[in-house]
Amino acid sequence: MIALLRRDLALTLRSGGGFGLALAFFLILVVLIPFGVGPQSELLSRIAPGVLWVGALLACLLSLDRIFQLDFEDGSLDLLATSPLPLESLALLKALTHWLTTGLPLTVAAPFLGVFLSLPGEAVVWLVSSLALGTPALSLIGAFGAALTVGLKRGGLLISLLVLPLYVPTLIFGAECVRRGAEGLAASTPLLFVAGITAGCVAALPFATASALRVNLR
Amino acid sequence: MTILSGVSFSVGGGEALILRAPNGAGKTTLLRCLAGLTPPVSGEIGFGFDDVAYAAHADGLKAQLSVAENLRFWAEVYGTRDIAPAVEAFSLSALMGRRAMHLSAGQKRRLSLARLLLTGRSLWALDEPTVSLDAEAVGWFAQAVTAHLEIGGAAIIATHIDLGLPSARVLELSQFRHDPDTTSGAFDEAFL
Repeated sequence: MIALLRRDLALTLRSGGGFGLALAFFLILVVLIPFGVGPQSELLSRIAPGVLWVGALLACLLSLDRIFQLDFEDGSLDLLATSPLPLESLALLKALTHWLTTGLPLTVAAPFLGVFLSLPGEAVVWLVSSLALGTPALSLIGAFGAALTVGLKRGGLLISLLVLPLYVPTLIFGAECVRRGAEGLAASTPLLFVAGITAGCVAALPFATASALRVNLR
Repeated sequence: MTILSGVSFSVGGGEALILRAPNGAGKTTLLRCLAGLTPPVSGEIGFGFDDVAYAAHADGLKAQLSVAENLRFWAEVYGTRDIAPAVEAFSLSALMGRRAMHLSAGQKRRLSLARLLLTGRSLWALDEPTVSLDAEAVGWFAQAVTAHLEIGGAAIIATHIDLGLPSARVLELSQFRHDPDTTSGAFDEAFL
């Protein structure tokens, strides 16, 4: 299992478009917002939680179609499916690789980008913790969407349509957690909801992803 | 959709079975059934999928990884320590540091076949393994299969050419072509 994780991380680093793409997209999106809505820091700090969460979510979407598609095209997905590695752990590992190359860098970069949107200082800790707990759910749901569309040419758009509605609960609770943090209210309840969604996704989605892969490999 | 019906054969340890049929007759479908990727419509497959090492048309190599990295990855997946026998069998040692994207089609195929030796599995299900191999490499492949049979392994090989395996039995698949009108008693099984 560690071999697969190492291989996928090496591939993402060598082929480019992994860490860089999602992070650059997030950066550009967040930097563009003040140009669009004007420099009033009061308005910016009010929309900052939502913008940061929506930005992270869209950045996550960018690389979803690559999770299984590359392995499918070169035939290694067939070979992995016939290897001793269970498809369920393959699904979990692919989601983990996706999170390590998108969700984790986004979480690390978010506090710095919060400055562009004059996010209040006390909200930063909630921003980081909600992203750290919430982005794994985005990767797991995304891997499920990717498994459903794996055989399709140009499945990227279809993944977005399938996956975005499923992202809504994470977005609502994640952004709410940061908003409450920014206003100095108690923010731990929405954070616990985010953690709960992720825990549920970890428990259930690898099995759904594996069955979707099995159907698509027939 | 049913493609083949009434297919029945058995392969024991040390035996090789050559599948022959025209293009599109169902060789790949049958091999994917044997590998556990496509479930058969009906019938029984009498061995565990954990015994099968499947090699498809596609090489399944990662272009950005070197030959050594590709081999070591599969060795780790299958829990094999030593990649040296696989490297030797297909004489890949001169190419070890080269990235798979810079290999020729025949070299890629050799690397892909070397993976079989790392699986340690007893039944090889091979889908046209000799495509784009030169005569010398076909010889290495035949040697590898012979060595595998000598240690009690088995092989089911779909191919169009003569592999130089004198002991191999040949199964003509075209006789099992599914005829929608005569479905009575159709079954689909294989025993090991």
